[in-house]
Amino acid sequence: MKTLRRDFLKIAAVAALGWGVRPAAELMAASGGGKSEGLFFASRHAVHAGPNALKATRWAMVIDTAKLTEEVVAAAVTVCHTTHNVPNIPGNQELKWLWETSMEHLFLDNHHEYQPEAAAKSALALCNHCDNPPCVRVCPTKATFQREDGIVMMDFHRCIGCRYCMAGCPYGSRSFNFKDPRPHIEKIDLDYPTRTKGVVEKCEFCAERLAEGKLPSCVEVSEGAISFGDLDDPESEVRQLLSERFSIRRSPYLGTKPCVYYLV
Amino acid sequence: MYDKNKILIGLAVFVVLMTYPFWNNIGSAAYQRPVLEKPKFAKECVEGVEFMRTEHMSMLNEWRDEVVRGGDHEYHSTATHQVFQKSLSKTCMKCHENKEQFCDKCHATVSVNPYCWDCHIDPKGENK
Repeated sequence: MKTLRRDFLKIAAVAALGWGVRPAAELMAASGGGKSEGLFFASRHAVHAGPNALKATRWAMVIDTAKLTEEVVAAAVTVCHTTHNVPNIPGNQELKWLWETSMEHLFLDNHHEYQPEAAAKSALALCNHCDNPPCVRVCPTKATFQREDGIVMMDFHRCIGCRYCMAGCPYGSRSFNFKDPRPHIEKIDLDYPTRTKGVVEKCEFCAERLAEGKLPSCVEVSEGAISFGDLDDPESEVRQLLSERFSIRRSPYLGTKPCVYYLV
Repeated sequence: MYDKNKILIGLAVFVVLMTYPFWNNIGSAAYQRPVLEKPKFAKECVEGVEFMRTEHMSMLNEWRDEVVRGGDHEYHSTATHQVFQKSLSKTCMKCHENKEQFCDKCHATVSVNPYCWDCHIDPKGENK
């Protein structure tokens, strides 16, 4: 059979198209749980934790707003910011990992003016370590990524300071270093790095402490107001609290599936 | 040949400029490996001296990715078969506590500027 040049070119074109599509399809398909990095879905990084580390399949935090006294809030914020070398810069260049804010700011869509007198007026806000984190999806360098245990991590080395994640985060959990943070840190903790100008930062659920088998530092000083545990474990403290008490999350209708729960 | 003189002068100038780094350095001292301050208490590093001398930068890069992105904090030494924590400030700088007398000496001599200490903290706190 004689192959015409025209036919040959047609077959070659289709074959080239096929080979071109295959890797792209694989890229798009790689998602939740997969080892490779997906293009359209936030991929999850496996955690190769050591024997002493605290492990979970889905870390979550439960904050009891009734137990959050002024002292507890102050202690939690202070311990978080000192152990992580978060600078104290007042004004609109403020950096915060954990902070106190009013209930109407926390629960924009779920708050009215006729709350009971005794209800908490404010609570702690932090990164919600969403199951479907918009910040991870928009990060162009994958400096922000999600681990298999649900923690939304920052790789400060990779952050280029584009601030897409800050635009993507509906909770305002991320802060940007507009200037060198070092002069604004009162006492530098030697065991944790600082950041540089032009890097975004946020709460990491104390991933570095979990690796050493310790609970997050805010949980430790909270006198029982903040609980931390595995959401996938029905016996865990967080699951017990969630099954016994009424809890709400911040803006759940956005579909980000936040993993910080507030008992009200 | 036209403009023979101009070409020869031009060539001479070119050769002189090109070889400037060579003859400028004639007579100056040869490169000497800086003398580093050795840790006072520790006897062994995580790997052998030769390996650390040539590979510490790539090892630190690997540690960085494995710790931050993989959550893997343990380094199993091939030299001593001990387990170390992968950490610049908690492992390396615990023994090599004087950055100025250890890290900076070589880095300054060979004119490299690693940006580790833009974020990580020199235990002496001198880079505050």
